Amino acid sequence: MAKTVEGLYYSESHEWVKVEGNVAVIGITDFAQHAMGDLSYVDMPEVDDELEAGEEFGAVESVKAASDLFTPVTGKVVEINEALEDAPELLNEDAFANWIMKVEMSDPSELEGLMDAAAYEAMCANE
Amino acid sequence: MEENLLKTCLYDKHVALGALMSPFGGFIMPIQYTNITDEHNAVRHRAGMFDVSHMGEIFVSGPDADKFVNHIFSNDIRGMEDGKILYGMMLYPNGTTVDDLLVYKEFEPNSYLLVVNASNIAKDYEWLCAQKDGYDVTVVNESDNWGQIALQGPEAEKYAVETLGLAKAAELGFYTYYRTEDMIVSRTGYTGEDGFEIYAPHAVINEMWDTLLAAGVAPCGLGCRDTLRFEAGLPLYGHELSDEITPLEAGLGMFAKVKDKEEFIGRDALVEQKQAGLTRKSVGIELQDKAIPRAGYPVEVDGVQVGVVTTGYRSISTDRSVCVALVDKAYTELGTNVEIRIRKKVFPGIVTKRRFYETNYKK
Repeated sequence: MAKTVEGLYYSESHEWVKVEGNVAVIGITDFAQHAMGDLSYVDMPEVDDELEAGEEFGAVESVKAASDLFTPVTGKVVEINEALEDAPELLNEDAFANWIMKVEMSDPSELEGLMDAAAYEAMCANE
Repeated sequence: MEENLLKTCLYDKHVALGALMSPFGGFIMPIQYTNITDEHNAVRHRAGMFDVSHMGEIFVSGPDADKFVNHIFSNDIRGMEDGKILYGMMLYPNGTTVDDLLVYKEFEPNSYLLVVNASNIAKDYEWLCAQKDGYDVTVVNESDNWGQIALQGPEAEKYAVETLGLAKAAELGFYTYYRTEDMIVSRTGYTGEDGFEIYAPHAVINEMWDTLLAAGVAPCGLGCRDTLRFEAGLPLYGHELSDEITPLEAGLGMFAKVKDKEEFIGRDALVEQKQAGLTRKSVGIELQDKAIPRAGYPVEVDGVQVGVVTTGYRSISTDRSVCVALVDKAYTELGTNVEIRIRKKVFPGIVTKRRFYETNYKK
């Protein structure tokens, strides 16, 4: 079964957020990678992109389909995980150890609108 | 919605194998058993089997069957020997496509089997019935009575002969078939590899499935059926062909015999289209980037849309991002530079042939 990690924030569109000071480290959940199957491409934003919470910032793609990614927080992209460009399968191997982008948050209060691990698990159980 | 989906005779086998099941063509079908890449490679390098029982079998017979089939079919069946198979289309009078299909010349005069796409069975049957005024023919939709397994891959012949005991399969040339009392065995497929399509009643198909599975043939889902046929340059109705696309536009003119045949439904429109010149055509496009073009994405030149992707993948056999797209004629020359819009970005691509993988058919 899909796992979750305590202490992270979770979005309805299956992203996780780990807070490091005013930076949000963002990835996709184990549930999401499992649903997608073997990933063959990660479409990532550019550093310095300004993103609004809820905005599409890229996609993960399996053989079969593309699944859009949505940023759970507003802010500026400060780093992307370039390792995923050549090795998208890292997300299948460990979705929580392999982040996709880091965003400098302009409004950390947005985190309050996200779920904790228990609430996210409950949501997934209904999907 | 879900409860209206049809099940093939192998449905229980798929569920027992833990397949990911999804709607396709009105049926609930296996998409994958393990993953698309492994199943794709099993067919390319060894052997795989597909449940294609959802395909439609329509039989046409009667004193005017030769004439009638030649009237509704774009390819030329005149002089077709018993046991031969031809690929082609049924067209609307305006030249767009009702369906693409295989026509099997049966082993008695004026008798044919038409194998059609699952999603079009009802439409095709009604279309055939509506065209048969003035022709002394009987059209029978036997789709519910037949199951079908596609056994595909370089080792398909070995399994057909040694595992299934179909000794005569080894003698079949490409696009020919034979019949036994309750079975049709044809050297056809939809993967670009050698292989067979075996039609039989449900009980026989179930037994055959178990036998092949026990012998180690990989069960393969519709997921890799699509990646395989795509690489081999084979069209899928609803993507490369549709009721808005003619065979000429799809680059399948060789299956629409406008020169050899004086008459078939849609011929006049194709002649006209040829004379006027095509305004758009199906091409291959290869991207330099790893981004994956998908059906519906726009093809652009200088920011202006000039076409649309009909199927696209990160090709499993060649590890390239490639697609087939229907593109304005001005941009269809091999080597033309185009761009494909994938979400927010555009990626440069180059026009190529529509076949991305060299097929390995038995001659």
